[in-house]
Order: sequence, then structure tokens, then C-alpha cells
Amino acid sequence: MTNVQQFHLPDVGEGLTEAEIVTWLVAAGDVVEVNQILVEIETAKSLVELPSPFAGEVTELHAEPGDTVEVGKPIISIATAGATTPTPSIPEARPATEDEPKLLVGYGAKETSGRRRRRGAATPAPAAATPAPAAATPAPAAATPAPAAVRSGPVRCKPPVRKLAKVLGVDLAEVTPTGLDGIVTRADVLAASTKTPDVMPPPAVAESSVDEIRIPIKGVRKHTAAAMVSSAFTAPHVTEFVTLDITATMELRERLASRRDMKDVKLSPLTFIARAFLRAMERTPSSNSRWDEEAQEIVQLRDINLGIAAATPRGLVVPNIRAAQRLSLAELADAIADLATTARAGRTTPEAMSHGTATISNFGVFGVDTGTPILNPGETVILGVGTISRRPWVVGEGVDERIEPRWVTTLALSFDHRVMDGQQGSELLADTAAVLRDPALAVL
Amino acid sequence: MTDDLFSLLSPDGVLSDAANASVDLRGMFSDMVMSRRVDTEAIALQRQGELGLWPSMLGQEAAQVGAGRALNPRDVAFPTYREHGVAWCRGVDPVSLLGLFRGTTLGGWDPTANNFNLYTLVIGAQTLHAVGYAMGIVRDGDVGTGDPERDRAVLVFLGDGALSEGETNEAFVWAAAQNLPIVFFCQNNQWAISAPYSVQSRVPVAQRAQGFGFRGVRVDGNDVVASHAVTVEALEQARAGNGPTLIEAFTYRRNPHTTSDDDGRYREGAMTDDWTTLDPIERLRTYLTTIGTDEDFFAEVASQETELSERLRAGCRALPDPEPASSFLHTYAEMPADLERQMNDHLEYVAAGEADPA
Repeated sequence: MTNVQQFHLPDVGEGLTEAEIVTWLVAAGDVVEVNQILVEIETAKSLVELPSPFAGEVTELHAEPGDTVEVGKPIISIATAGATTPTPSIPEARPATEDEPKLLVGYGAKETSGRRRRRGAATPAPAAATPAPAAATPAPAAATPAPAAVRSGPVRCKPPVRKLAKVLGVDLAEVTPTGLDGIVTRADVLAASTKTPDVMPPPAVAESSVDEIRIPIKGVRKHTAAAMVSSAFTAPHVTEFVTLDITATMELRERLASRRDMKDVKLSPLTFIARAFLRAMERTPSSNSRWDEEAQEIVQLRDINLGIAAATPRGLVVPNIRAAQRLSLAELADAIADLATTARAGRTTPEAMSHGTATISNFGVFGVDTGTPILNPGETVILGVGTISRRPWVVGEGVDERIEPRWVTTLALSFDHRVMDGQQGSELLADTAAVLRDPALAVL
Repeated sequence: MTDDLFSLLSPDGVLSDAANASVDLRGMFSDMVMSRRVDTEAIALQRQGELGLWPSMLGQEAAQVGAGRALNPRDVAFPTYREHGVAWCRGVDPVSLLGLFRGTTLGGWDPTANNFNLYTLVIGAQTLHAVGYAMGIVRDGDVGTGDPERDRAVLVFLGDGALSEGETNEAFVWAAAQNLPIVFFCQNNQWAISAPYSVQSRVPVAQRAQGFGFRGVRVDGNDVVASHAVTVEALEQARAGNGPTLIEAFTYRRNPHTTSDDDGRYREGAMTDDWTTLDPIERLRTYLTTIGTDEDFFAEVASQETELSERLRAGCRALPDPEPASSFLHTYAEMPADLERQMNDHLEYVAAGEADPA
């Protein structure tokens, strides 16, 4: 005999009330073993993999990636064979609390008094309490196993009707079926599309009309937005630009790249720009500092932890290179390459993104000339690097003066005017540009 | 940093000639594998909502099994909350380790049955309990008689973080001043939750003993043979009346501090990867394979492991809820009248079956 067991979302971190489903590693129809990893969830404390308490066949996933689920709610059903496995204890479901402090260990967030026991009051229903929408995907052909995102729920209807529901933004789970054997008909969908649903479901990507797609703000996007708002509206930004002939640096790069000991080093122009910037920062100590509002102090830092902004499939991340000013050119090149590889693989740790003191954003790789970068919160300077391209440039003097095609780029430096003034900012940018124009200056 | 470590079994599985030929290497291997299984199964149970918390000891099996197997039956062990391998060696039923972390008991086993005390969650507190016990051994006259059936010692476990606690330093002072039969076994796993050892101390753990006036030994904590050898020697000295020793077993906690911790916030994965290559079980497996241990032995251990897993899973879920009176019963040796009145009120209240008004 089979026996369908539900796995309820456990409190994996001493006092957590909810978690977000990140990735399902199994789908309905899969056969799983005890302790096989089913799902990755993200709590206020960490990313956690949940192993299966049961052996058997997955019959249903109760939440979609991106859903926030309350502790104690079922997340998966598994049909187990033979004798009944004892059902795991179900922790009492508690209403979600917002803005929990992120604790490493301990007993979770303190709840505001009265909140925990408030019942049926004005608190809006938490996301997980409303039924998850049926992903309006046509049922898979019988032979192919159901992909993870498809709900094998009770909603039955024909594929063209499903498509219609998707186009009209109708949640099939909410439609009252009138067809034979509980099948949702075209008329049902049309009827449902004209009335406003009682409860708006919060789907992962709700297609509420054909003209707009609503994407929940979360994860890296949410983090980036918060960081940018906090930076843009606390640190008064000044941005300065310099356009320069970087040909000498490009030639130096080619010369060094052909050296045997640089064979395995990825010497990008960015490496040279970073090196010139680090050198200039060392000569302008106020640039490597932090505004401490609370203490009413400017904190000057010894090491430059240089962040490199990286565009990844998950969004913008800014891991940093610790004490970058101490690295040789080859070490710096390696560090930048490692950082980018790790970031693109989505494996950048929060630790690698903390303690940054300055940032370089290489938006030139997207083909743009320049921009006005926004400071990474807590930092005083950020350097934006524009595209490096062949442009006409005036060279020579007097009778030798002529126009030649040269490698040219534009650097943009934003700085926090609370910490630095125009003089220091200008010196920092001019100093960086001078070394790139004439790398020989670096020996001075 | 690892140059001055005492070791006998190298990371690539080569055993030194200096190793005692009579040690039971198969037994050590089996104990390490089984205690690791207790650990991994408990983590899974926590992730399934069966335990509130679990402190993993992954990577520290050699230090714990080496030390645990060095104990005589009459010796007494005082653990922290991470000594699952020592508990295994002492014969404590691993299911009973789970109760504390499931919240069904404040203890879980009878400390006198196996001379293995209850887990102590207060960092360093057990060092003073252990020192007190060692004072009792002295007063019983069970030290330095030369009778192996009578002489006994205390083995107390601590972590690197406990070294920064006042209790631990007081325990060191007292153990030295009274020349007590005690061995301090510090598993330096290098991380006190998120604080690395380097921010706690300028000197290696073992060097601290000098300042208090007793021996300090530094051993490769991922080498079960060496960890065993130094603990055997230190316990012999203690039983003989030659005073305390501080053993530093240099090792690494490969998992987060507990299941509630996210170590990605404070350390790089590369360091954990490095220590994975120094795995204590793999090096002994390599050695046993080299000397031609037959496959049947490994197959037997594997089947015991599977059996243990099933027993842990079923046993965990079957752990009984505590009796309503239990928290009152074990507070005093003899219950004061006032506490007894409170207990009776509570029992009456529970019996009335009212919902918790809290």
C-alpha cells in the first residue's frame, strides 16, 4: 500500500518563522530516498538544503521557487510504500514577522509584544497562506516527466483553455469549473477574467495583463536597490570625468603579455587601470576612508579592499580584493579574474562582498563611453571605466602637430563630498589618468 | 604552523614506526566512521524539523575518538556539547544524545553509567566541574597508588573559544596549584563561532600551559593514532599523581558552528576545502588498505553504519516528551518544600488540561 506523507517546512534556525523556496531539486513523479536533498531554501540566517525524511515518490510540490513559506506549512508530498513512517512533528505555525535581525546563532528574532498571539486581526494574510497560483502551463505529454515548475494539482482543463487563462491572467485554481467532471471550460475562464478576484495571489511572476509583467523585488535586485537608495541619498555625490589617450598603456600591456612569466596571466586593460587607481588612492589617503555618521568621525583605512562590480545572471555583485594595493600586477590580474569567475558562477560569498573600501565599475565592456557611478554604500570613491576605442587624437606639438588614431577612454570618478573636496577628487582622477597616459610615471 | 605538531599517521596515510603496534586501528576506524554517521544523520534530522539544533563535529573525529579510546572505565569525561565521538567511545547510546537537541530533556543519559558527564552548553563551565571532580578523586585517595584498578583521572574537553573564558583560566590555576589528576583536551578547531583563533591569542594553545606551570602538548588533531597516544600518556601521568596536562589537538571544524550558523559570512570556503584533504577517516582508510585489510571489514562497518542510521531516525522520533514534573525533580538533591508546592500546583494545572494562557 502507499501512504502519502507531507513534509512540513521545519524551523531550521532556532526561532525562524518563514523561509523562501530557492530551488527544487526534485519534481512530481521523482522517486526519492531518505536524506536525499529535495530543496534549497533561504532563511533570514542562511541558505539551507532540506533532506527528505521519507523514501518514495514525489506526488506534489506545494510551493514554487520564490514563494515565502511559513514554518509548519507543507512543502512537498511523498507517497511512501509499505508501513507508515511516523509523521514528523509539526512545529506550530506562527505569523511571519518582518524585519528580523539577521542572527548567526541564538534564539531568533525577538517578536514585538502581542504580535505573536494576534489572531484574525488586521494583519494581512502572509504570502504563503494564499493558494499558490497554478503555473498556467499546458500539461506535459504523458511520456515526459513533469518538470519541477508544473503543478500537478487538481485543476483540469484543455490546453487551449489554459493558454487563454494565461493570456487573460486568470489563475485557474481560482476558477469555478462548470464542465463535465470538474473541467474548467473556456466560458469559466472568460467569466473569471471579468470579475476581480477576492484575494490577489502573489505569484512569482504574476502576469496580471498582457501589457505588463510584474516581477517581485527580492534577492540581489532588492539588495542593490536598497544599497543604491541609501548611498545616493546619504552621500552627496560629485562626478568628474577625464578622457585620455591610453595607447601607451595598451602597448605596455602587449609587451608584458608576451613575457614568458605572464603566460598564464589574464592581463586585461582593467588590471592596469586598477593598478593606476590604487597607486593614486595611496597618494590621496582621504579617498580610502569611511564616513562614520554615528561617531562623527572620518575613518581612514590602511588597506584598500578594491571592489570590482560584476554583472552576473543573478544581478550586480561587488566582491572585493583584500589589501589590493599590496598586490603585484600579475597577482592583481589573477585576483580580478578569480573574482569574476566566482561571481559568474554565483558562488560569491557574503564575506567576499563585505569590508570593501573602493570600487571600480567597468561599464565600458557594454560599449558605453561613460556614466555617473553611484558609490557602494560606506565607500568614498568609485571609478567608472568607459569603453576603450580607437579615436582621432591630436598628437605632437608645433609643426609636428597632427591628428592620429589612438586608443582613447573616459574615466568617471564619483566621490563623497562629505569626505573629499574637489581638489582631492580631481587630484585622484588626474593622477590615475597620468599614469595610464604615461605608465613610466609609476616608477616615480 | 603545523611543523611542531606531534603526528604518527600522515595525511597521505603513512604510519610512523614510532606508533604503538598494539593499538586497535580497526576499532579506531570503525569508531570514527560511526561517530561521523551520528553527526550527519543528526544534521539531516535537524533539517527535517526533528531537532531544534545540532552542533556538528565533522572533521574532528580523530581528536575525539583518539581521546575517547584513551580513557579507562574508571576515568571520568566532561564534554562540551560537541563530543559526539567521545560519547560513542564511552558507550553512550547515540539516540540519547539527540534528546537535548530535540528539547525533550535537559540531560539525556545517566552521567554515572558510563562516566561521561552531560553536555555543557555554557562555554568553559565544564572545566571547573572537572577540576572539582579531580579534587574529589584526590580526597578519595584514588591517585598515585600504583594500582591500575584504583587510580583514576579526569579528561575534560574544551574548544579554542573556551580559552578566552575566565572559568577555563581559573580551572588551569586550580589544577596546577593542587597538582590535580586532570587532562585538559582542547580541540582547537580554529573557529569560536565566527571568531578565528588568531584574534583570541598570540600563542598556540599548548603554550599557554607553561604559564600556569604544567605540560602542554600539541598534536595533529586529524591523526587518531597520535591523538590517542598523547592522551594515553597524559592520563597515565595524571593517574600516577604527576599533575595536569593541556593537550591541543589542532584540527578544523568543517561545518558551520551549529545548524543555525552560516559560515559563509565569516570564512572562505577554500580553507574548508584544504582541511577536507586532511580528512582523519580517509587517511586511516588509506593505511588500512595499504596493509591489506580485506574488503569484508569495510563492508561490515558500512552495514553497521546503515543500521545505526535507521536506529537514529526511528529512535529520534520515538523520544518521549518530558514528564511535566521533570524540570522540578532534578533541580535539588532534596526538594525544598516551596519547590514541591510549585511542582504540585503545576501538575494540578496540567492535569486540568487547560490551554496554555501564555
